Amino acid sequence: MHVEGDREVCVGAGMCVLTAPDVFDQDDDGIVKVLHEQPDAGEEDVVRQAATLCPSGAVKLLT
Amino acid sequence: MITYPQQRTCPYHPASGYEELRDGTPLRKIRLVNGQEAWVVSGHDQARALLADPRVSADRTNAGFPMIVPPAVKAVHTSPNRPFIVRDDPEHNRVRRMLISEFTIRRLREMRPDIEQVVHDTIDTMLAAGPPTDLVTAFSLPVPSLVISRLLGVPYADHEFFEKATSDILRGRTPEVSVKATQDLIGYMTALAQDPPPGLIARLKADHVDTGAMTTDDLAFTALLLLGAGHETTASMITLSVITLLEHPEQLAAFRADPGTVPASVEELLRYLTIVESILRVAVDDIAIADVVIKAGEGIVIASSLVNRAADAFDDPDRFDLGREAAHHVAFGYGVHQCLGQNLARAELHLALPALFDRVPGLRLAAPVDELELRPIMTIQGVDALPVTW
Repeated sequence: MHVEGDREVCVGAGMCVLTAPDVFDQDDDGIVKVLHEQPDAGEEDVVRQAATLCPSGAVKLLT
Repeated sequence: MITYPQQRTCPYHPASGYEELRDGTPLRKIRLVNGQEAWVVSGHDQARALLADPRVSADRTNAGFPMIVPPAVKAVHTSPNRPFIVRDDPEHNRVRRMLISEFTIRRLREMRPDIEQVVHDTIDTMLAAGPPTDLVTAFSLPVPSLVISRLLGVPYADHEFFEKATSDILRGRTPEVSVKATQDLIGYMTALAQDPPPGLIARLKADHVDTGAMTTDDLAFTALLLLGAGHETTASMITLSVITLLEHPEQLAAFRADPGTVPASVEELLRYLTIVESILRVAVDDIAIADVVIKAGEGIVIASSLVNRAADAFDDPDRFDLGREAAHHVAFGYGVHQCLGQNLARAELHLALPALFDRVPGLRLAAPVDELELRPIMTIQGVDALPVTW
């Protein structure tokens, strides 16, 4: 799995950080920052949930 | 003929008259209480798709907008200075981006000790005064009111004024009362925005008003929105959560037993109670969805309380179950307008509810639930008073 955060469409809701704090963060402006673009196998479920919960489509999964 | 919205008869259930809207048809065109026709959406997938669709507008000045709001709210939401939440991108995004940094998960983590202190100080005062009491004035309202006023830099000494004005705007006894309250609060916020005490309003002024990116009027309307949204909603969630937990003692026992369950439990409370029942939009282009076509200029009403009880999204949706996976609720909306303060609300609920039940173990309702006076339609759902004892 490869994960990207689209900083243009991000609205800073923080759902990704709330759901998968080891994979996502927010920068000082509150915009998505991906900590691990290649999440571990054990993280894939929460990353998928983060993508589902992201309100703006900023969390993008490429498998 | 079914209409929308309808009055709740139980504080934690959608109106029983909505049964017809829950037959699995994800959206249908019906007549609203104000006489307009609009698409009322109860399907979970369809609600999320529409809320994320750029052909769906939040701008109240667009033709066909379903205005099922009180007159004073309509006046604010259609004014030339209307806040960003009732505008579309790029204007909406421009202001939202000025605010996001104030509500990040990291900032909220830093605020937790202060919120916790507010919660415990408020409980100290409530316990010192002794039972019985009205939980709304003793706890549910002061906690979020103190937290948001400190964050914004609004003097808490003025809380009786801004709480009353907010409630009068949303639920004034008469339209005149609401109009007066709106003028008073706009005047108060405009004065504050010119020379704000330290806080979020002062930071916005320094970063955006003093640089010419925002006018003082825009700042005042933004601050008014944050203040109102920051205390009315969370107060209602605290009150209704207490009622619901006390009415479900086996769930309350589980909630008390394991602090680790609090975050998931709060998501279930948000889903189950859905205090903002409707999200209002209008189509600005034709949209084909679920075998129908929403035409440009037709109103869209996301019936959040029904979306959060959709059987294809939540098993046995009318069951209150703190153990369920409920995070995909739309209690904070969805799409680019999703609640900016949602993580502040979560932090307050995570800290306030366990502390209350921990420190007031004998807490119980002092009036039967079916005798509580429920708020009317078209406002944040809840009760204005909750008699409790311990």
